[in-house]
Amino acid sequence: MTKEIIKFNHVNKKFGKNEVIKDLSFSINEGEFITVLGSSGSGKTTTLKMINGLETPTAGQIIVNNEDLKNANLVELRRHIGYVVQSIGLFPHMTISQNIAVTPKLLGWDQKKIDLKVKDLLEIVGLDNEEYAKRYPTQLSGGQQQRVGVARALSTNPPLMLFDEPFSALDAITRQNLQHEVKALHQKLAKKTFFFVTHDINEALYLGDRVMVMNHGQIEQFDTPDKVANHPATKYVKDLIGTIRENQAS
Amino acid sequence: MITQIINYFQTSSGEYWIAVGQHLYISFLSLFIALIIAFPLGYLGSKNKIVSVFCQTFAQVLRIIPSLALLFILIPYIGTGVLPALIALVVLALPPLVVNIILGFNEVPDVYSEVGLSLGMSDFQLLKQISLPLALPYILNGIKLALVEVIASASLAAYIGAGGLGNLIMTGLGLYKMQYVVIGGVSVALLSLLSMLIFDFIIKKVENNDQRNYQV
Repeated sequence: MTKEIIKFNHVNKKFGKNEVIKDLSFSINEGEFITVLGSSGSGKTTTLKMINGLETPTAGQIIVNNEDLKNANLVELRRHIGYVVQSIGLFPHMTISQNIAVTPKLLGWDQKKIDLKVKDLLEIVGLDNEEYAKRYPTQLSGGQQQRVGVARALSTNPPLMLFDEPFSALDAITRQNLQHEVKALHQKLAKKTFFFVTHDINEALYLGDRVMVMNHGQIEQFDTPDKVANHPATKYVKDLIGTIRENQAS
Repeated sequence: MITQIINYFQTSSGEYWIAVGQHLYISFLSLFIALIIAFPLGYLGSKNKIVSVFCQTFAQVLRIIPSLALLFILIPYIGTGVLPALIALVVLALPPLVVNIILGFNEVPDVYSEVGLSLGMSDFQLLKQISLPLALPYILNGIKLALVEVIASASLAAYIGAGGLGNLIMTGLGLYKMQYVVIGGVSVALLSLLSMLIFDFIIKKVENNDQRNYQV
């Protein structure tokens, strides 16, 4: 029996007069790896931010983990949703271990439990605890910083992880490594739902169990990577897929 | 002149230190009061454009009014003594504080607030753990500017009977004893300079910490 973890019902979002999302409805099951593919301005980041309540919809209903966001305690909810962004956003005045421990501290864990968790998480993302825990963010490379970003998002073992173009500022090799690791991470951590926004087609097709292609605030196609690649539903998706083929041919 | 100054310190150093104490007391008290007013204003100003514009305009207007004029304007309403001096000095300290507090909070990149909220911080936790530490160098700079200005202007407070080093200067002028004027004037200058140096040192320390760790 699959459980729905995210559900959008006719969601509409306007910033002033600018309608970013017209009428968005979809649902995501627990444990799925969803990638959201779209160019800038397609409304994909806004969609992601509505899931943890950073943006509120103008109309429509959003249900996360059986809770209608309108009535939810957002502060409480966010402590159980991991969040990783492109700019990483490690707090510059805190060490790596302090950065990872932000949410556990908010939840009032004792120091011993926090230390163990930090060590554990750094191991999961492939960084040596002894070497990195006491460092400050600027003393790490971009790729290492984003690993810490992922570790921080995992700190409370949340059932849902949101990624907003986490790897697009990194170099190609680091990016590919991290893609492999995120995919492995998703397989290792059973029952975790990943919601991953990207503008990189290859990344979207490689990582996702299902790919949501967005354009102008609407879903063009929401299907398995195989179906999206081989049976594009609309002209937009077809053109999008066409760009990879062209690149490969040249 | 120098013998006269030495003579003064030999005979009335008690009186001198009382004046210095009064001077610092008035200065720090008004700075403290100004901070209590400026902090919430600055915080709101960084969140809300209208408050921000209002504060900045208000600050500009306050800067135009000479502090001496303000002191005398207050006399008919509040009389003389420490209270009107405090009010005038608080008003004087507000502009640099408010402007720099707003600036400091605005300089904290949005992504940190966004991530802080996403990690489950309440607004207050966000302020305490993220915004305030990152805005601190700017806020300290505001405090420094305000303090230097307040210490210098507190000399004028003597005109309305609030005491301090200004008393020495006034007495000196009145009795035509230039050594009093020099002692008072130089002391005020030294206090201002000293507070500036101390704050510069603190700011440098805070910034050093930050710069080493800064990434956006």
